Amino acid sequence: MPGPASQPKVRVVTFRVDDQDLSAREDETLIEVCREHRIPIPSLCYLEGLSVWGGCRLCMVEIVGQPRLAAACSTRVIEGMEVRTDTERLRRYRRILVELLFAERAHVCSVCVSNGHCELQTLAQRCGVDHMRMPRRPVSYPVDSSHEMFRLDHDRCILCTRCVRVCDEIEGAHTWDVMGRGSDCRVITDMAQPWAESETCTSCGKCVQVCPTGALVKQGTSVGEMVKDQHFLPILARRRQPR
Amino acid sequence: MNTPRLTVATAWLDGCSGCHMSLLDMDQRLIELSERIDIVYSPLVDAKALPERVDVGLLEGSISNADDLALARRFREHCRVLVSLGDCAVNGNVPAMRNHFPLEQVLARAYRENVTLQPQLPERGVPALRQRVVPIHGEVAVDVFVPGCPPSAEAIWQVLTALLEGRDPDPSAVTRFGA
Ligand code: SF4
Ligand code: SF4
Ligand code: FES
Repeated sequence: MPGPASQPKVRVVTFRVDDQDLSAREDETLIEVCREHRIPIPSLCYLEGLSVWGGCRLCMVEIVGQPRLAAACSTRVIEGMEVRTDTERLRRYRRILVELLFAERAHVCSVCVSNGHCELQTLAQRCGVDHMRMPRRPVSYPVDSSHEMFRLDHDRCILCTRCVRVCDEIEGAHTWDVMGRGSDCRVITDMAQPWAESETCTSCGKCVQVCPTGALVKQGTSVGEMVKDQHFLPILARRRQPR
Repeated sequence: MNTPRLTVATAWLDGCSGCHMSLLDMDQRLIELSERIDIVYSPLVDAKALPERVDVGLLEGSISNADDLALARRFREHCRVLVSLGDCAVNGNVPAMRNHFPLEQVLARAYRENVTLQPQLPERGVPALRQRVVPIHGEVAVDVFVPGCPPSAEAIWQVLTALLEGRDPDPSAVTRFGA
């Protein structure tokens, strides 16, 4: 979340996360502060350098005195707040969220190009998800292989919208968008045309690099070969901020 | 001196036998293991009948046909602890990819469309395929899930030693989907 261009005074607030006393600028979000202090918070839609989406809910934390859970990526720090990041309730919800993501589309890690380099796969292991308690939806989505360099496999998409945001906010092309509702929801290029026919796509490949799973990949990759590189993002994001 | 020995039964349903190969891949630890467990039923040994009581049952593969289901049920009945070994058992993995198509279409593809000589559906001596492939816990209760394609020898070793020592295994510490 980029701050306003000229900021005369930003207050510093103090608060507690688990058992640590911390301080931060009041315009920082909980996830930023936790990342800075190496307090692990699972996340999928959040990516430093992109705007906040708040859709995956994996980053939820407990704030003492508040019955509702808060998404750490879209919650600013407040003076005196007391945050818990690793309670039994949170662990339970996170497991369910990850299981639902796996049950929703056809994730077959053993034959996926992203096997071994996938944020969803890693997260499942970290959250202790070793099976899905709900049956998988036996539905298959199409693959768009029309682009000469990249490929889109909806079966692996978790609808985090990172591709949409990086294309709009960093590349400035806005090729990607989201169409449909519920289980019909999917990412599209331009007006839901084949990717190769997109008039806005610059073939920069940023969407492929930020995609956390094997949904957006390079053509010609085989099992486990798709390794992503997101180092460019914070650098470009900083340069894009008004000075 | 009398450490109790565990009885172990194993079987592969709709899998590629890779998980069993991984089990055998333990090298010299196999000797240590053989001093602590008795394999009483398995494609790896000669025994033809599943004993009445077995401590640990390891099932590789998903449930895809009538025989898979019958064997999974028998394992559940006879085994104190039932382990889903590997991604096919845990989540359907590759065998379950056929769930995207109606069974008739799958059979037609395999036995008619791609066959040049006497296309026909095999019916004698083979178990009937079920409409949908399900993981083991889609049909019977499972106690321990060990993902991986295949889970490494190390992961299987960790799970078995935990069970031997009466601890709760923690598979996520040693393996993951697709590992
Ligand atoms: S995208 Fe990730 S979680 Fe999904 S099949 Fe590929 S490796 Fe597994
Ligand atoms: S294609 Fe990738 S980046 Fe885009 S929404 Fe799907 S998972 Fe997220
Ligand atoms: S990371 Fe906060 S909702 Fe996705």
